[in-house]
Parts: sequence; structure tokens; C-alpha cells
Amino acid sequence: MDFLRNKFRLLRAARTVGLAGVIVLGACLGYGQTTNSCLDCHSAMPDPLGVTQEKFSQDIHAQKGLTCTSCHGGDASSYDPTVSMGAKAGFKGKIDRKQVPQLCASCHSNPTYMKQYDPGLRTDQLDQYHTSMHGKRLAAGDGKVAVCVDCHSVHDIRPPSDPRSTVNPVNIATTCSRCHSDAAYMKPYGIPTDQFTNYKTSVHYQALMVNGDLSAPTCTTCHGNHGAVPPGVDKVQNVCANCHVFQAQMYEKSSHKAAFDALGLPGCVVCHSNHGIHQPSDAMLGTGPQGVCMRCHQPGDRCDQARVKIQSGLMQLDGAITQADQTLSVAEASGMDVSEARLAQTQARDELIKARVTIHTYQQALVDQDVQAGLKIAAKDQQAGKDAMVERNQRRIGLGICLIAIAIMLAGLWLFIRKIER
Amino acid sequence: MIAAIIRWLDERFHLDDLIAPFRHKTVPVHRLTYWYFFGGITLFLFGVQVITGILLLLYYNAGANEAFESVQYIMTKVRYGWLIRSIHSWSANLMILTAFAHMFSVLFLKAYRKPRELTWVSGMLLLFLVMGFGFSGYLLPWNTLAFFATKVGTAMVGQVPIVGQPMMIFLRGGPQVTGATLIRFFGFHVAVLPGLVVVLISIHLFLVQRLGMSVPPKIEAEWVENPSARREMKFFPNFMLREMMAWYVAVGVLGALAAIFPWNLGVKADPFGSAPAGIKPEWYFLFMFQTLKVIPSKVWFVDGEVLGVLGCGLVGLLWLLLPFFDSEPPSRPKRWITGLAIFALMYVAGMSVYGFLAK
Amino acid sequence: MSGEQNIVAGSTRRRAIEYFLGGGILATFASFLYPILRYMVPPPVADLGVNEVVAGKVGDLKPNSGAIFRFGSSPGLLILTSDGTYQALSATCTHLGCTVQYRGDLHQVWCPCHNGIYGIDGRNISGPPPKPLTAYDVHLRGDEIVVTHKREA
Repeated sequence: MDFLRNKFRLLRAARTVGLAGVIVLGACLGYGQTTNSCLDCHSAMPDPLGVTQEKFSQDIHAQKGLTCTSCHGGDASSYDPTVSMGAKAGFKGKIDRKQVPQLCASCHSNPTYMKQYDPGLRTDQLDQYHTSMHGKRLAAGDGKVAVCVDCHSVHDIRPPSDPRSTVNPVNIATTCSRCHSDAAYMKPYGIPTDQFTNYKTSVHYQALMVNGDLSAPTCTTCHGNHGAVPPGVDKVQNVCANCHVFQAQMYEKSSHKAAFDALGLPGCVVCHSNHGIHQPSDAMLGTGPQGVCMRCHQPGDRCDQARVKIQSGLMQLDGAITQADQTLSVAEASGMDVSEARLAQTQARDELIKARVTIHTYQQALVDQDVQAGLKIAAKDQQAGKDAMVERNQRRIGLGICLIAIAIMLAGLWLFIRKIER
Repeated sequence: MIAAIIRWLDERFHLDDLIAPFRHKTVPVHRLTYWYFFGGITLFLFGVQVITGILLLLYYNAGANEAFESVQYIMTKVRYGWLIRSIHSWSANLMILTAFAHMFSVLFLKAYRKPRELTWVSGMLLLFLVMGFGFSGYLLPWNTLAFFATKVGTAMVGQVPIVGQPMMIFLRGGPQVTGATLIRFFGFHVAVLPGLVVVLISIHLFLVQRLGMSVPPKIEAEWVENPSARREMKFFPNFMLREMMAWYVAVGVLGALAAIFPWNLGVKADPFGSAPAGIKPEWYFLFMFQTLKVIPSKVWFVDGEVLGVLGCGLVGLLWLLLPFFDSEPPSRPKRWITGLAIFALMYVAGMSVYGFLAK
Repeated sequence: MSGEQNIVAGSTRRRAIEYFLGGGILATFASFLYPILRYMVPPPVADLGVNEVVAGKVGDLKPNSGAIFRFGSSPGLLILTSDGTYQALSATCTHLGCTVQYRGDLHQVWCPCHNGIYGIDGRNISGPPPKPLTAYDVHLRGDEIVVTHKREA
């Protein structure tokens, strides 16, 4: 209580405490923040020089402790442009496109360096890139082709596993289409620009984007990412075979492989297309606009005859399955339980799928084997449905008998009542 | 031959005294006599439920893993299993319908007045128990509709202030509807409720025998004026035979319903799935369900659902005590109770239809 | 009508009533009791096949091979490994629902639809499948191979 009497001492104590507080506060606020003169100026600048702190904080490099000077050189501690962006500090300025792969690879191709961040990351991207169409054309002097930052973005690079990343599976096709669907941009190269449009009509796009199946193929699945190149005409089926094993094995041993190879035709793509791969249908075996066989074969030749048999076999099985389904539905609607037959129907449908896969042997006898197996099961199920209807009718007859018995009883009671009440 | 059997029994049971009241029991005959059948039909349908229920017990498995499959087994593999199960389900619905008809007929015929107040009370308690039978039995096949209907129904119970939550946890056997709920409901359905119902039916029937059949006041007045118009029928055998005809018709109807419209199985319940859109309880709860739906979510400062549930409870309690509000014979019954009865019938019927049609 | 005719007519009528009543009682009770009695006789298939099922007999499978069996309403895969242990898995692929098979040459479970691969323990190893296959318990009862759902720990 004594010190309160001395106002001067009180004031001096308050000033010391206040000053200490400010220093502590400043230290706290400033803790962990090194000066970044680059961002301080460039976040206020308009495009193309503008990079905001907000944007850069999303970048995986920023999160790992790297900063502007890691790629651009310079001195981030100084606000004097001649120092921060001076040659003495190794300032590189805007990196020329053709230098970008080399710059990124200076870290990303160094296994020892990358190990400290993520030992699981690959370090062969640059080597792959050199084998790609983009890499080869870049080496030949073409600055229009894609370099690292075109696909991975720059200043807000996210890991591919991040759904917002430009190279996440759900976004890859859009990223590729930025150039490859731009007709004006792609004019000098003379390749089609309808890949993305076609891909959007495909089953793979449907599986990936609509059904959320991340295992479904996108551009990089078949073309590669860093080593992106269209699969050679003779290598297409190897790519498809990664998932569609049976079809590829059958095709490999079939007559069509030798024929297509001799003609330089790209295997699976001939019938199924490359980007706009639609759900196949039995109409592909027909003679209409969706028919693929008659594009090459002559009407009336033995292949055409086989085609007709294959198509009719498949349509017969499809029809039998549908018919059995309908009979079972009618039985179910009448209250009969046909769950076992319904289960067997999935087996019949499996046989139909198998038969359709067997088309790729191009041997009608083999397709027919599966068709017959499926028809047997469908016939059994159809019979089960009919048996259910027979039992349903028997129940109604039983009901009728019972109701007649009741009617007799009611008559008897009525007569008895009348008798005793006369 | 039949006479010999009766004599044998009489020597050992002294049947004469036991049967005597029945020999003398009479039933008034007038233009509204047919309504007297509904009590007997409800009793008969209960008998059907007991028999088919015991038969179902031979094959039913209560447990989340086996319940649905066991009902499927009964419907498909057991000979005439479809018949027993469909009769059980149809008879349940029919019984609730006739129970309501019986209650409303007693209401309009003014048969609840003194000295029959306790008959009414025991009957109302029976009605509540019968609806409990319906609620507990509905869950037993463990299909999607039943699972979510039970979830919604027990959640309503949880809305009652203070005691609601503990009651809900007791009903569900836990905070959520699970296999434990199924086993608990099974216990209620086959042991607890039948025991209570048997006791109450005994009381109810005993009172009916003791007090005799009531005559609607208007008709009673006519008969007082014109005593020769009074007609009565002996219960045994005349009325009994007519009742048997009604029971046979009921059996015929049940058989036809079971054979032509078998009760469906549904899809096995998945507790982690989402409730199907537009989930509704069975028709006999629709009027309460729809009432709760039309009450706004907040009435003044009270939560709408709480108000609805408490309101239903209060109406049920007052309905139980209805006879004590009416006048005693021979005074005229209070007119406002007749009006209330008409309103109640319209309300239950109307809200049920509304609930059925609403999405 | 004369008295005699009345009595004759009366007895004919009485007999008609007796026939109706007796016949009615008999017919109705027969039509009620017949289904009930048949119901009470247990059907040949006594088990539901939901919780446990006999997937096969010892000796049916050769080592390093597999077979499909029915478990409830979906298929299961029974595997006899080269070192003699049995393994049972759900046979429905977790990708798009095709039926998987055991590949003796790979010692792995394979889905032919899109080349999905699972280990013998059901774990999804490569290809599209997003989740492992459910594993079941296998016990030997005499020479029967009995498959049941895994016991909760």
C-alpha cells in the first residue's frame, strides 16, 4: 500500500510495464513471420504481376516453407527493388516458359532433396516429360506446348489428391481441354480438338464425374501424365487391357488382331472409338447406323452370316431374360414370393454379359455357348414364374372351396334359426 | 350322444348353475340390434389372432438378423405359411376396424351410461391395448417401412415433457431403434399385451353378462310408451347362432383377403439407410399422425409437437372418462356428447383420409 | 295340406337342415384344420441359411482353388489355400457388383469385370475396388465346412 502514495513511482512502473507489453505483443504477432517483401508489394498489384497472400497460402510449396525466392531468386527481406530484385541476389524475374521444366526439376528430380518432404513422391517427371509430345516439341523450340505450370497451375499448386487441384482425376480432362479443345490454339498442329466433347459423352466420363468412381479412366489414364503421348496404333489394346482384361485376351488371339495390325488399324478404337466410348449395345452388331461390323465386311459373306447369328443369339437371350422378369413381376404382384428365381436371374444376366464379352473372340460358336447357358437359366426362371402363377390359381381354387363350405354352413345356420324361431 | 357328454360334464362341473344365467340372457331386438354384433366379432378376431399368432411362433425368429428372413421363410417355404401370416396381418387390421366400430356404436347407442361406465372404461383400455398390439406387431417383420414407422412413433412418445424421454428409452430398449427394440416389442406383443388383454376382456365380458345389454334411449322411450312393442331374443341359441353366422362371414372375408391380397414382405430394414420419402404409420394411427403434422411448429411459446402429443393424451384420457360426464338414465343423454361423438367420428375418418392422401 | 304331408315335409326339411349344418360344420372345419395341420409340419429345409450355411464338404475343393456358394441372398467365395486353410469371403465385388473368383495362378481373388484384385483376406490390393471384401468365419463340423458371419469382438 505504501507505493501507491508515491505517484511518480507509480507512473514509471506503468510505463515500464506498458513498454514491455508492447514489445511482447509485437514479438508474439511477429513470431514466425519473416519479412516477405515480394508478397507485400505484389499482392497489391493487378494481374499479371499480382499474387495475393491468400492465393499463395493455398500452394503446397508455401505450406512446406518455400517461398517466392525459392523459384524466382531475389531477396525477400528488402523493400528496395534494386536489392530485392537485383542480380546480386540472383533474381530471375518471370521464368521463361522453356525454362520452366528445368526449374521445377531442379528440386523435383532430386531424390535426396525430395525425400525430406515426401519420400513417396516420384522424381522422374522430367525424364518422362522428355519422352512426351509436349517435351519433344518444347525441345524443338515450340513454346506453345504445355509445361509444368500449364497443368499444375502456378502460385496455388495443390497436391493431386486435393479435389480442387487442376490435376485431380475429376479435373484433369478440363485442364487438358484448355488447350486441346481450343481450335484456334491447336490449328498449327492439325490434330482434332473434339476429344473433350467426345469424352463427355462416354461411359468413362459418366462413371468418373456422375457416379464418382475415381477408378474410371480420364485423359492421363490412357495417355500418361508427364510422358503424355497418344498410345501407338499398335499399343492401344494394351492400354484398354489394363482394365478390360478378358476382352483384350480374346482379341489378342482372334482373327481381327492380325487383320487390324496388317492394316495399321488401332485395335479396340476401330469399333469402340477412343474418346467417345459409349455403352455398347447389341445394335453394334446390326446393320443400322450403330452397326460396326458392316463398315468392313461384305453383306452375305461368312462373317456377315456369323454376325447375324451372334446378334440373334444375344437378342434371344436378352428377350428371354426380360420375359422371365415380366412373368416373375406378375407373380409377385399377385402376392407370390419368387425371390429365389429373382436371384437366379442375376446369374442369367451374368451369362449375357459373358456372351457379350465373348464377341471379342469373333467366334460364333463360343458366343453361342454362353448364350445357351444363359437361356437355360432364364427358362428355369420363366418356369418358376409360371409355377408361381399355377400355385396362385390353386390358392384361389382352395379359397373357392372354402367359401363354398362357409356358404353351406351359413345356409344351414339360417335354416336352423328359422326353424327354431317358427 | 351330445346329451351324454353334457351329462358327464354336468356331474363334474355342476354346469346347471354356471349355464343358468346364459339360458336366461336376452338381447333386445330393435332396428339397431345389428350393432350388437361388433363386440363379438372383435372378440372372435382376437381369437383368430391368438391362434394364428401361436402358429407363427412356431417359425418366427425375433432378432434383427433373423426376423425378416424368418417371415420370408414362413411366406415361401412353410406349407400354408402365406395363409397363416396373411390372415394374421389382415385380421389385425380388421380387428382394429371392428373395435373402433364397436366403440362408436356404443357411443351413439348411449350404452356407456350408468351403470355401464366401467364397461366403457375397460373397453377403452382394451382399445388402447389393441392399438399397442398393432404398433408392436407391425415392427416384427423388421422391414424398412416398419422400422421407420417405429422410429417416428417412438420419437413422438419422446416428445412428452419430463417422462417422455425415459418412456421412449424404455420402449426402444435404448436411445435408438435397434434389434433390442425388436426383442422388446416381441415380448410386449406375445406376453405382456396378451396377458393384460385377457384380464381386461374377462372384466369386460363379465360386466356385460352381469349388467345385460343396454337399449338405446329413444327406443327405450318408445317401449315405455308402447310396452307391447318390446321384443327380446334369447341369447342362447338364437343370438349366438346369428353371431356364428357373422363369424363365418368374417372367416370367409379373411380367407379371401389372404388369398387374393397376400400381405407383402417389403425390404429388410437397414438401420443406417435413410427413411423412405413420405413415411406414414399404419392407417389406424393416421388421424393422430396427420393431426400432429398440421399443428404449426410453434404455438405461442409451446413446441407444436409437444402440444400435439399432450393434446392427444388429454383427449384420450377424457374419452376414457366420457361416461362420467353424461347424465344418468332415465334422464335424457346430454346433447353435446352426441354432437361431440359425431365430430369425433368425422374427425377420425376425415383425418385418416387426409393422412392417406397427403404426400 | 293334410297332416301326414306336413309331417313328411317337416322331416325332409329337418333332414335338409341337418345335412347343411352337419356338412357345413364338417366342411368348414376340414378346410380350416387342413392348412393348420400341414403348416405345423416343418418343411424339409429347416434352416434359413442366413447366419450360417454349409458351404461344402471337406474334399470337395482341391488345394489352391475356390468355389462359389450361396450365403443368404448373395454369393460367397470359399477358398482352400495351398497350405490347407479355408477362407470364406463375400463374392460380390465392391466396385460394381460382379462376382469375383479365386485365381490359383495369382494366389489372389480376382474380379474379371475390370481387373480388380483382392488378397486372400479380402483386402483390396489393386484396380478399381474401393473397399475390401467382407470376410466370414469358417468352421469344420465333421466333414462339413460351415461358414458364419464374423463374431462381433
